[in-house]
Amino acid sequence: MVIDAIKNGIVIDHIAAGKAMELYQTLGLGRLDCTVAILKNVPSQKLGRKDIIKIDRDLNLDWDVIGYVDPNITVNIIRDGERVEKRLLKLPDTITNVIRCRNPRCITSVEQELPQVFKLTDRAARVYRCLYCETQAGK
Amino acid sequence: MRSLIDILDLSTEEINDLVSTAADIIADPAAYAHKCDGKILATLFFEPSTRTRLSFESAMLSLGGKTLGFSEASSSSAAKGESVADTVRTVSCYSDIIAMRHPKEGAPLVAAAHSMVPVINAGDGGHNHPTQTLTDLLTIHSEKGRFNSLTVGFCGDLKFGRTVHSLINALSRYEDIKIVLISPDELKLPSYVKKDVLLRENIPYTQTTDLEAVMPELDILYMTRVQRERFFNEEDYLRLKDSYILTPEKLVNAKPDLSILHPLPRVNEISVAVDKDPRAAYFRQVRNGRFIRMALIMKLLGIN
Repeated sequence: MVIDAIKNGIVIDHIAAGKAMELYQTLGLGRLDCTVAILKNVPSQKLGRKDIIKIDRDLNLDWDVIGYVDPNITVNIIRDGERVEKRLLKLPDTITNVIRCRNPRCITSVEQELPQVFKLTDRAARVYRCLYCETQAGK
Repeated sequence: MRSLIDILDLSTEEINDLVSTAADIIADPAAYAHKCDGKILATLFFEPSTRTRLSFESAMLSLGGKTLGFSEASSSSAAKGESVADTVRTVSCYSDIIAMRHPKEGAPLVAAAHSMVPVINAGDGGHNHPTQTLTDLLTIHSEKGRFNSLTVGFCGDLKFGRTVHSLINALSRYEDIKIVLISPDELKLPSYVKKDVLLRENIPYTQTTDLEAVMPELDILYMTRVQRERFFNEEDYLRLKDSYILTPEKLVNAKPDLSILHPLPRVNEISVAVDKDPRAAYFRQVRNGRFIRMALIMKLLGIN
């Protein structure tokens, strides 16, 4: 299957197979009015299979969100058909308003205007904890 | 401006200084009777906790200061829907320091971010209660004369018991500490506390359901109450509440210099017959709570 190369835009590469839709939704790409291509299960030497997202427009992405979803993702910035920048991501130290705390005893459960802040507490195990109640993300 | 939200906000040197100040206060309370003249402590208790609130108020009054506040959310503007941030912005105009108790975890952190005066976390849900931990540490130091080379047994509700988590965290920073965890399977210490504290700090620990079997090893026995308010399910509470009851018979094989601590209030987990045993330190622990809070209030107000 052939997807046209983009002239000006962003290619999010090396997404773990099956994670592209999660990233698409987390980044709010559904709100864009430009062409966005999601390629799933693309053969990859490095990963075996991978997902790719191509966005046919230059825009400011939240690098922390991408790093949180998968720090092994690479982001390529394309201008005039050429790759002008390749960004390697890392797990961000904090993420804000990306995920919500599920602890019903957390102050954010009753004061919903508070920012949902999570801090990285174990880089090796990729553990984030709520800034307020220290509940582990996803628990 | 400095607040105290988590026991780990304080370095071990600062804890040692607070314990030392508290010991000075105990030795000569009159010397401290006017240290906080003209200062006001606001006690914002969004859930009732008579013991902790009175301890804070007694501490401030003993320093010559004054207190104001409320003892439950229904008598505050929280009942009208005011946010923690707005309550604290307002109260910090009326006071020099705030002690806050809140049923929601993280509320004192939010308060500290919006307050113009120091905030002391007086307990937030099942999360932190740093002044109880300071009280426990002062008691351990008073009873044993040291923080290192101790075998400390924690018995009862180790799952929801925030005082247990905080004290384990605090003790993990001292040398040659051994931890013995005694609880029913359903109330075991959460794995994240084991992983993030005991394993990370290489603290040797054992887990058991049998209190009497480990009794001879212990220098400190920290008993806890199974708290009804931490359970979503009444049946679970009723099933587990009487798991451990300490009686004089169970202390037969204990060390002669064991110290028995309990954050109180107790229900029935320590028989009243144990109260007469000189190893029962829990009422001395209550007394220490007032003195360590005096030391803390002075520290956060920058008073020497």
